[in-house]
Amino acid sequence: MAQGVLVFAEYMDGAFRKIAFEAVSEGRRLADAINGPLIGVVLGAGVEGTAAELGKYGADKILVGDDPALADYTTEAYTNVLFDIVKENAPRILLLGASTRGKDLSARLSARLDTGLAMDCIALSVDGETLIATRPIFGGKVIAEVAIEGMPQMAAIRPNVMEIVETAKAGVVESVPVNPGVTRSRLLENKVATASRVDLTEAESIVSGGRGMGGPDFSLLEELAEALVGGTVGASRSAVDEGWRPHSDQVGQTGKVVSPNLYIACGISGAIQHLAGMGSSKYIVAINKDPEAPIFKKADYGIVEDLFKVVPAITAEVKKLKG
Amino acid sequence: MEIVVLLKQVPDTETLIQIADDKTSIETQDVKWIINPYDEFAVEEALRIKESQGEGKVTILTVGPERAVEAIRTALAMGADEGVLIDDPTVERSGALGTARVIAAALKEIPCDLIISGMRAVDDDGYQVPAAVAEFLGIPHVSMVIKQEIRDGKITCEQTIEGGTMVIEADLPALFTTQRGLNEPRYASLPGIMKAKKKPLAKKTLADLGVDADEVGQDGAKCKIINLSFPPERSPGKIIEGETPEAKAAELARLLNEEAKVI
Ligand SMILES: Cc1cc2nc3c(=O)[nH]c(=O)nc-3n(C[C@H](O)[C@H](O)[C@H](O)COP(=O)(O)OP(=O)(O)OC[C@H]3O[C@@H](n4cnc5c(N)ncnc54)[C@H](O)[C@@H]3O)c2cc1C
Ligand SMILES: Nc1ncnc2c1ncn2[C@@H]1O[C@H](COP(=O)(O)O)[C@@H](O)[C@H]1O
Repeated sequence: MAQGVLVFAEYMDGAFRKIAFEAVSEGRRLADAINGPLIGVVLGAGVEGTAAELGKYGADKILVGDDPALADYTTEAYTNVLFDIVKENAPRILLLGASTRGKDLSARLSARLDTGLAMDCIALSVDGETLIATRPIFGGKVIAEVAIEGMPQMAAIRPNVMEIVETAKAGVVESVPVNPGVTRSRLLENKVATASRVDLTEAESIVSGGRGMGGPDFSLLEELAEALVGGTVGASRSAVDEGWRPHSDQVGQTGKVVSPNLYIACGISGAIQHLAGMGSSKYIVAINKDPEAPIFKKADYGIVEDLFKVVPAITAEVKKLKG
Repeated sequence: MEIVVLLKQVPDTETLIQIADDKTSIETQDVKWIINPYDEFAVEEALRIKESQGEGKVTILTVGPERAVEAIRTALAMGADEGVLIDDPTVERSGALGTARVIAAALKEIPCDLIISGMRAVDDDGYQVPAAVAEFLGIPHVSMVIKQEIRDGKITCEQTIEGGTMVIEADLPALFTTQRGLNEPRYASLPGIMKAKKKPLAKKTLADLGVDADEVGQDGAKCKIINLSFPPERSPGKIIEGETPEAKAAELARLLNEEAKVI
């Protein structure tokens, strides 16, 4: 009989990703709702020592698959290993984070398990035997509620949305044998900067610039982002198309979908495709010199002003507040 | 090299989406349809590979209703060689796994070395079909690719992930999904549009593919939409007044600190 919740906890460069704690915390809530155990799964090489950390977020048991072949994420090896673990433990619900890797892994795994998967969920609940997921579609223009069927019922949760909750539990760590299997793809080079800035999808605050920046110098925004601890810089597609910012900075329907606590749009008009990427931010601030700019209709706070004059002043005020 | 592009027709990103009376689907009559933007990158990349190799064929494969012919014709006008539309009432609401099964079945009849697809369709924002297709075909896939190179029966892909990129090599046949930054899709030229009218475009049903309708139709969908709604409207915000930029900045900082409590 399938029971309980199994959570894949993403691990990278010697540490858990924030999404791992979000997923385990959400897994705890679901496990309580269905009255079952919560199992966390960690895959990697040399992860044994840090694995116990998941207990803090409510995992009853933590399964560790430690193998040199799992040192870096590759779709095939991770799918093979996680598939075996899922088959062995037969959870009723299988949860992952919808980070880049989580999306990749969950999609492939759901096909192998032949089970329903709801991607990029912003809320989950249990209704009798069914897992109900809430997920934005059409770039957030519509919210869908979906019933997930199959065994296990799978969901991948959107980063930065679910609350992280610490509990007093101390989970049991258990190592499991792994068989990464035959793979036809391999990692040649890892070009992730370990000490890189916070990713847009994980940032607490985002300061974004659009065509109104007038050029590639985004230092005013960098300074404000830095003053807002945990902040980072994003961009509209126009700013990216101008070549002022890399593609990876683009927020919107064909860029990243972000849900920070604070989103500050500077010199961005508020096109529907941009709103699709940041509309679910908790607080939105718009800075634009045109009082008719559509972004003001979506903003909690608006300032009609030349951004070059007001952004440095905001940075100074934020610094003052933080002392 | 034989390349297949998985192409979906989706509502224009500007389109106002209306929820239908059944609350589980959207009204489609007033929608303007486009090629999924990520699939446009896929078409462009396939054409560039063919052009650089000086030979090969690019086939566009779509699962969708009759109207999707228009999207396929656009891709043919860009330069693709052939189109295949799988149009069957059963698959309309079959979900990601069902769609992937149909695509995998169709691909068994189109021998190819490479499959290129978008990383996500901007209607269901699913991110699921390509990986499932690769799984059903038993071939490797690489997601969110911004650069690729094919050599000696292998493809090397640079994929975006949080904080940077990874370089991954996969044996062909393989599937990869496109990410913004891969290329700038070309526009269809006038001669291209004329030529496209004469290019082969096959229409098939599930029966033609030998797929069991039960397995892929709505009853087989493992993920069922039970309700659609609009997100809550954001209440109109406050425009911050002040004599000087400094005064406005101070008031904003105060509100963010005391009212929103985000700093
Ligand atoms: C299929 C498709 C997908 C798309 N996907 C995306 C996407 O993912 N993300 C995205 O962002 N866009 C996307 N777009 C583009 C989108 O439609 C808009 O063109 C784009 O968002 C506009 O960018 P912007 O607001 O920076 O520029 P503009 O619309 O040109 O706005 C610039 C704003 O800056 C203001 N401004 C100028 N100077 C100053 C100053 N000194 N101080 C203050 N304000 C100033 C102006 O008043 C204006 O409101 C997409 C479009 C299509 C067709
Ligand atoms: N009905 C379809 N027909 C052809 N390709 C599709 C279809 N649905 C999805 N795809 C492909 O899969 C990608 C991701 O779609 P999705 O998983 O729905 O977000 C798209 O960009 C297409 O390349």
